[in-house]
Amino acid sequence: MRVIWSLVLVGALAAIAFAGSRAGGEAVFAVAVPYLALATFLVGLSARVIGWARSPVPFRIPTSCGQQRSLPWIRSSRLDNPSTGLGAAGRVLLEALAFRSLFRNTRAELREGGRLSYAADKWLWAAALAFHYSFLTILLRHLRFFAEPVPGFVALLQGLDGCFRVGVPTFYVSSVLLVVAAGFLLGRRLLDPKLRYLSLPADYVPLVLLLAIAASGLLLRHVYKTDLLAVKDLAVGLVTFRPVVPEGVGGLFYVHIFLVSSLFAYLPFSKLVHAAGIFLSPTRNLANDNRRRRHVNPWNPPIVGHTYAEWEADFHDKLVAAGLPLDKE
Amino acid sequence: MTEKTQQELVQIDYAPPARDWMDPRIDFVARRGSWSYPGAAKNLRYLGFPNPRDWSPEDADWKLPPNWQQIIHDGLAERLGKYRSLKVFLDTCVRCGACADKCHFFLGSGDPKNMPVLRAELLRSVYRKDFTTAGRILGSIAGARELTPEVLKEWFYYFFQCTECRRCSVFCPYGIDTAEITMIARELLNLVGLNINWVIEPVANCDRTGNHLGIQPHTFKDNVDFLVDELADVTGVRVEPSINRKGAELLFVVPSADYFADPGIYTFMGYLLLFHYLGLDYTLSAYASEGGNFGLFTSHDTIKRLNYKIYHEARRLKVKWLLGGECGHMWRVMHQYMDTMNGPADFLEAPVSPVTGTRFEHAASTKMVHICEFTADLIRNGKLKLDKTRNDHRRVTFHDSCNPARAMGILEEPRIVLNAACNHVFEMPENTIREQTFCCGGGAGLGNDENLEMRLRGGLPRANAVRWVHEKHGVNLMACICAIDRATLTALVEYWVPEVGISGVHELLGNALVMPGEKPRTTDLRGLPLAGMEGVADV
Amino acid sequence: MYDGGKILAGLAAFLALALFPFWEPAVGGRVARPEPKIVTAEKRCVRPKAEMRQSHMELLVSWRDSVVRQGQRSYRDPEGKAVTMSLEGTCMRCHPNKAEFCDSCHTALVVAPTCWECHIEPKERA
Repeated sequence: MRVIWSLVLVGALAAIAFAGSRAGGEAVFAVAVPYLALATFLVGLSARVIGWARSPVPFRIPTSCGQQRSLPWIRSSRLDNPSTGLGAAGRVLLEALAFRSLFRNTRAELREGGRLSYAADKWLWAAALAFHYSFLTILLRHLRFFAEPVPGFVALLQGLDGCFRVGVPTFYVSSVLLVVAAGFLLGRRLLDPKLRYLSLPADYVPLVLLLAIAASGLLLRHVYKTDLLAVKDLAVGLVTFRPVVPEGVGGLFYVHIFLVSSLFAYLPFSKLVHAAGIFLSPTRNLANDNRRRRHVNPWNPPIVGHTYAEWEADFHDKLVAAGLPLDKE
Repeated sequence: MTEKTQQELVQIDYAPPARDWMDPRIDFVARRGSWSYPGAAKNLRYLGFPNPRDWSPEDADWKLPPNWQQIIHDGLAERLGKYRSLKVFLDTCVRCGACADKCHFFLGSGDPKNMPVLRAELLRSVYRKDFTTAGRILGSIAGARELTPEVLKEWFYYFFQCTECRRCSVFCPYGIDTAEITMIARELLNLVGLNINWVIEPVANCDRTGNHLGIQPHTFKDNVDFLVDELADVTGVRVEPSINRKGAELLFVVPSADYFADPGIYTFMGYLLLFHYLGLDYTLSAYASEGGNFGLFTSHDTIKRLNYKIYHEARRLKVKWLLGGECGHMWRVMHQYMDTMNGPADFLEAPVSPVTGTRFEHAASTKMVHICEFTADLIRNGKLKLDKTRNDHRRVTFHDSCNPARAMGILEEPRIVLNAACNHVFEMPENTIREQTFCCGGGAGLGNDENLEMRLRGGLPRANAVRWVHEKHGVNLMACICAIDRATLTALVEYWVPEVGISGVHELLGNALVMPGEKPRTTDLRGLPLAGMEGVADV
Repeated sequence: MYDGGKILAGLAAFLALALFPFWEPAVGGRVARPEPKIVTAEKRCVRPKAEMRQSHMELLVSWRDSVVRQGQRSYRDPEGKAVTMSLEGTCMRCHPNKAEFCDSCHTALVVAPTCWECHIEPKERA
């Protein structure tokens, strides 16, 4: 029932934007909120990353997922168990850009007589990849509103994204993928009993929010069309710090922009910081060269231990009886 | 052995219970067989650890210090400042569930709190309450929980139901390592006197006598002498190890089980034969008589305290470098912690094999080489005369031990040794070996008798894979490079696949190694007849 | 070990990317807001102006389908007046200034209509 919470929350956000813009709050939702959200996003995320960075990495603890680099004639796994900084950087990039670890995913099944079997399960990986890349594509496509003239890569991206030319205006591949993938991710949370058991409201909120953003965006593009030039005026005004409150863009547009603002403002304070966290994960971003190069712990406590001299004193007679050599006679 | 039959144990229901996970209550009486006895007061006193007392998890009152909540809170705050790993792991989990069915304890028990994500969530929920604004204000809606006595008891149960094997970390898209979470949670538990005796007694022993088993120097010598005699019986060759000898070229460190109990002793005999064969200038130490380190299952400070003696003894004995035996968690410490904690080892020399001249560049700073690396180099350079047929009575599979696989990546070296020593080697299914290897179910201090049911459950995935190679290839021996494995897997296969035995890799090397001046061998190091020698050997 | 330098560099790089729309004009330059210029021969369009602004693409496509697939060329506007469905013959008659009328918005919003894949672009006076 934690999903209900997130539906209520996102519904309330949408209602606030719709009603607020109708009640004369256009300037608030078009100008103040986006600025505030962006500032919260940038400052919050920076604070979060700096907060992580302020704690040291006392030990070098990579998770080795392949052969180590030891003897030169044994082939080592350069990306899954990197032995150099470059390899570790490659590992992090592979993780951030291609979700390498998720690609390993298997599904265990208990069969007759207590026999376990493991099958490759790439659905989560595929959905996650589709979801993140369509989100990125959609973000980049929106640059058409912010820049004048629009950089060439945006047109190129749009052309690729709309290559199927279905409908007028064209339905984009990314829009469809985003909705399908987010729907899959939400669906598995609701339908897989294990996931439903462990999911928190904070797991549903981002998915529901994103689906609501996608829905409002699709409606604005295909059904309740808004004045795109007015939208562009607003966007350009925002990035040039000469904001203008657009006219005639409609309540749905305010819903869209408010939900997007909410998402960005929410990101630094939620699990969505995983986007930055992956780069700082000590099991992934360190080279497994532990015995080759010493890792320094900045708070290394003084060395203490039961010294040999104390030990020899404790067991003196037994050492003598066993004929073992002594430091002190 | 547990009274439950195999049929009863495999009735596992992966469907979660109706009760929400945020409800922490645990019935310790009903769950006997799945938790370990608490640390004895005398051990805590010896170590100077907090809150020594007699108590049982079944008691209502765990006799915690009055300000225990403050202690845990401050302890967590301190560790958040000391470990970026902890902060990042607590903040970034998205609960995608990729780790859920990767944990052997979840697979064997179906208990949802054994899903790594929820195990971490037990700590994360308290972190949210105490250290995040949303958690403070929104409480359970934000996934936050108050640290109540019930929650603390739940921590004790589940953080001593994790073997720190890191399998979940392989699959996590952010590399979240439950071993790290468990290690820090156990540190917090130790602050208020919650720990288990199977960990704390070895720690106290190790600090006092030099090894987990509490073996004193004269017994250490007796045990080594006994194994030398055994070797003479089997091979006709008398090896001459030295103990606490100054000026040797290298110090050899092993887990104490290797000179104490079956089947580890056969591995030890294998080492001794190899070193004798090579004429290696090495010494054992009765003081640094433990490579293993149960500090790893206690706290970072304790790792350091127990590990101290290795470099200390190497310096005293004026050896040039260190060679380490087959042990899993020992190598996690030697590889990932020792140099940082107790180094720099600038009084030692970068390791060079005296036999082949190979420089072990990858150990140039820590100055410690794994015996499988050392032996693989010998084999590559053709320095060993091996008669593989002397392992023909064995059909062998190899179990990658968790720490060497996932905290080091020593995957090929033991296989090179095995394949050089045995004719019949078979791999278990690919999702159960190498970096995806399954735990024995009894690591991280959980290999005790009172926890047996949970061990058998946690070991189910491993046992399943062994049964598969047994049925498919007739495998009758599983080799491994871990002392805890050699102890716990023995009990595990005895229950699930009794036709299969457990050995170390160097035991099999010892069988195959043709010693100069040896007598014709009729048995292996265990005294079992070799293939074709069943009538000849007197057993 | 902190690796503070690397982290700050990474963070700075991210912030720079995230703020791309803010600094891009300084590099890419800025063009004034486009305004479609309407020069008309007729007094009114086949549909109200506001509707045309939003949905001309749908109307054009429906005209295309009607002409190409059904061979039906006659369209009745809201007032009942018959109009020939023809891009070049009807639309472009009132709006011959493609660059100012069509392209200015399409370029600003990166819209790539498919009209000129079949039709011949009008030659405009430079």
